Amino acid sequence: MIDVVINVTLLAFLAITAVAIVRMTNLFAIIMLYGIFSFLSAAMFVVMDAADVAFTEAAVGAGISTVLMLATMALTKDHEEKRPAGHRPWLPLAVVIVTGAALVYGTMDIPAFGDVDAPAQSHVAPYYIEKSIVDTGVPNMVTAVLASYRGFDTLGEVVVIFTAGIAVLLLLGGRRRKTAAENRGGEGNDT
Amino acid sequence: MDFIIGHYNYWIVIVLMMVGFYTVINRGNLVKKIIGLNIFQVSVFLLYISIGTVSGGAAPIATEGVELYSNPLPHVLILTAIVVGVATTALGLALVVRIKEAYGTIEEDEIHKCDHTL
Repeated sequence: MIDVVINVTLLAFLAITAVAIVRMTNLFAIIMLYGIFSFLSAAMFVVMDAADVAFTEAAVGAGISTVLMLATMALTKDHEEKRPAGHRPWLPLAVVIVTGAALVYGTMDIPAFGDVDAPAQSHVAPYYIEKSIVDTGVPNMVTAVLASYRGFDTLGEVVVIFTAGIAVLLLLGGRRRKTAAENRGGEGNDT
Repeated sequence: MDFIIGHYNYWIVIVLMMVGFYTVINRGNLVKKIIGLNIFQVSVFLLYISIGTVSGGAAPIATEGVELYSNPLPHVLILTAIVVGVATTALGLALVVRIKEAYGTIEEDEIHKCDHTL
């Protein structure tokens, strides 16, 4: 019973925070609320037995993402979202409501939350739950799958992050060199 | 009542998804668009973990005397997705910084105006 109460409350908080994010215009407040949103979702992952996911989300989602967004805000020096006057929200709202209704219709056939006999629990997962400790000797099944069974996938993930890092450096690194060169050029003209 | 409690997670996930989607298509500020994308992303994570949850199950770490574990496979998928998600967020934000330098604004309609006057 207590599980259900925590579940319902945390998810309600998540929904409220998300709606508050949409309604606000101050970017600093939005980014802070996004940090709260991320942290609430990490708490939600703990409730749903996903400890590894929870601390990744708390460190990476609530920590690094928030810092990156704050850095962007500092670099763009834009603290307020502008709302154009003659903007009609009805079309996007209609699209969102229709899509949401279709998705809710889709959930009618999903097995209930926490169902032990759900198809997702009965095909591939039992193998890993029973055999991962025998095959790899790692008690944490998530780590066993991530680093041992699917080690190459994790290597691919590292390649993705590396590529993104290079792309960020290319986008922002050239800028610093250019501004430095302009500054030097400016000084040259002065003297 | 059981039906509502059993599907409450999925419905809230859909609400979050639609809030993120609405932010992406209706708001002009690029930083806010990226936050909308992130909200959408987190809602997908919650959907996957919800599907993997077994009521009465333990966290998937092998322990003596525990028979029932939650499904570890969605956890693995979502761990990867969180890390890749941050990489794409960083890339998106870097593009926002470059757009600000090139156009002097991060509001979508002002960027369109700049494009038309070129």
